[in-house]
Amino acid sequence: MYRYDEFDHQFVRERTAQFRDQAERRLKGELTEDEFRPLRLMNGLYLQLHAYMLRVAIPYGTLSGRQMRQLAMIAERWDRGYGHFTTRQNIQYNWIKLEDTADILAALADVEMHAIQTSGNCIRNVTTDHWAGAAADEIADPRPVAELLRQWSSLHPEFSYLPRKFKIAVTGSENDRAAIQVHDIGLAVKRGPDGGVGFAVYVGGGQGRTPMVAKKIRDYLPEADLLSYCTAILRVYNLEGRRDNKYKARIKILVHEMGTEELTQRVEAEWETLKDSDLRVPDADIKAIYTYFAPPPLKERAEGHGLLAKQRREDAGFAGWVLQNTVAHKHPDYKGVTISLKPIGGIPGDASADQMDLVADLAEKYSADELRVSHEQNLVLPHVALADLKMVYDALADMGLATANAGLITDIIACPGMDYCALATARSIPIAQKISERFGAQARQSEIGELKIKISGCINACGHHHVGHIGILGVDKKGEEIYQVTLGGSADENTSIGEIIGRGFAADEVTDAIETIVDTYLGLRLDPHENFLAAYRRAGAQPFKEALYGSVDKAA
Amino acid sequence: MSAPEKGQVMTANRLRDGIAVFLTRAGTWSEKIDEATLALEPQAAAALELRAKEDELATVVTGGYLIDAERRDGRIRASHIRERMRTLGPTVRLDLGKQADGTAGGFAAEGA
Repeated sequence: MYRYDEFDHQFVRERTAQFRDQAERRLKGELTEDEFRPLRLMNGLYLQLHAYMLRVAIPYGTLSGRQMRQLAMIAERWDRGYGHFTTRQNIQYNWIKLEDTADILAALADVEMHAIQTSGNCIRNVTTDHWAGAAADEIADPRPVAELLRQWSSLHPEFSYLPRKFKIAVTGSENDRAAIQVHDIGLAVKRGPDGGVGFAVYVGGGQGRTPMVAKKIRDYLPEADLLSYCTAILRVYNLEGRRDNKYKARIKILVHEMGTEELTQRVEAEWETLKDSDLRVPDADIKAIYTYFAPPPLKERAEGHGLLAKQRREDAGFAGWVLQNTVAHKHPDYKGVTISLKPIGGIPGDASADQMDLVADLAEKYSADELRVSHEQNLVLPHVALADLKMVYDALADMGLATANAGLITDIIACPGMDYCALATARSIPIAQKISERFGAQARQSEIGELKIKISGCINACGHHHVGHIGILGVDKKGEEIYQVTLGGSADENTSIGEIIGRGFAADEVTDAIETIVDTYLGLRLDPHENFLAAYRRAGAQPFKEALYGSVDKAA
Repeated sequence: MSAPEKGQVMTANRLRDGIAVFLTRAGTWSEKIDEATLALEPQAAAALELRAKEDELATVVTGGYLIDAERRDGRIRASHIRERMRTLGPTVRLDLGKQADGTAGGFAAEGA
């Protein structure tokens, strides 16, 4: 993992001291709210429905056991004993007091964490594939690159007041698990003609009220050119992006209005002036960052193969969990483990302090002291020996963390919605809970297979509904919560934006509607290997519309 | 049951901890919406706004705004679901917020 150097330590501590002073001045009345609001937002402190909310950055979703334990301590001491993991691989606390915030930031600094750039029109936390550094299908670990981008983008003076927020994601595999095509910049690691590491560069993807799939503007960019090329993109955006209308200020609108071809030419022209500048990353610096992310020394644990086979035969629940919640690791004696934060009927992404403590212990004991937060709001133990899986499973099961549903219909992404969020127009969590309960039986979930439901409580789309195989968007219609359903979205290497299927549903109708959609899919799929998305792409919207609304006329 | 009185209530978030609060007849801020003063006329609502602005300057509260509400059988019901939720807490965690602290409003988030 990356370790703070002296500069990082000093900087984060100074920033905490600065915020302590700002908060004290606000509480004394020396700063007005208008003066203070941008300062608190720069430190991740929002005002929500019931209290302040603090969003803590988890760079590229990677944590150590010690850091997770500190997050648990903060939840216990200054919040209400839990936290919420988000689609940006961050954690949010929902019950924070302004008067405690500086102490919390100091506690974060103790473990090399902070809440800087988790809000505002700057470059936000860079996200990656949650199997980074572990997945068998990985071309290269995306985290060194994400760290390089983090260092470059942190308090970048030129890019601290962009037209709008800016999000970058990196995937290290051809199987995109980081949703890069719905990011402002998406980077797909690939090998170049010379065998070196580089990227395909995508620009202008995004969700929100105007969802768009990113356009590829460069097929291969060598790693050493990453910062100069990103600078060129940001410069064109900073100069040409709209500032007159916040709903048209993201780079996706610029790409759309300017056209991909012209934007690419502008970026390339800007890059010509930068590529040989000091933004070219020296090989020695790249090597230094890579050493921080060197794979942990994993011992040969060949005894696990036989042991695991035996344990799976003896315990069907364990066997189902291994099948659903573990993935192939680079090392044949190991697996990557998804810790589901989606218990049946639970709140997606929430974890109690006790659960966080347990996960920290397991990471230290069984996963080379590494943890990841996934953008799908689960936690990940990236390096678990086959021989240790049963012990990990048993410990997780004791804490309600062994739900075997990774990638299944109950592995739902949901934003906090109107239960917490000041921007929300409808609740998200109760909808997720009802769907989870309806489909919670293990056999039923397994029969349905891979199906991603994503729920947002407002048009800002924090719940990624546009790219859900089934997307649900909650809106306010004359004081009533109404839910629009979209079908056919996806955020993988074949990204697509879901299509609205017809009129929306009241809160107590949504679960039935989802069941109708699922039953329609089960009825028309060619065989159990044709998953929901594939079946929808083949059969189109019509059978689903007819099942939901009867004749098409009513669907308007 | 008497006909409900319709009016407006002043709400804000308490500066030091962000908790949703309501302006009372005594000019203080309460976590309980039932203790709020219900302005039945625009003039009275304007007076509440003025008072909230003063308290924002005095760093008691932040982000004040008027909400539509009505008095039913002596209790105050906010018109919009969002505001009723601010008088209760998250509907998905009944162990948290005003509903758990004994300061809840008297009306559920859902329904009329």
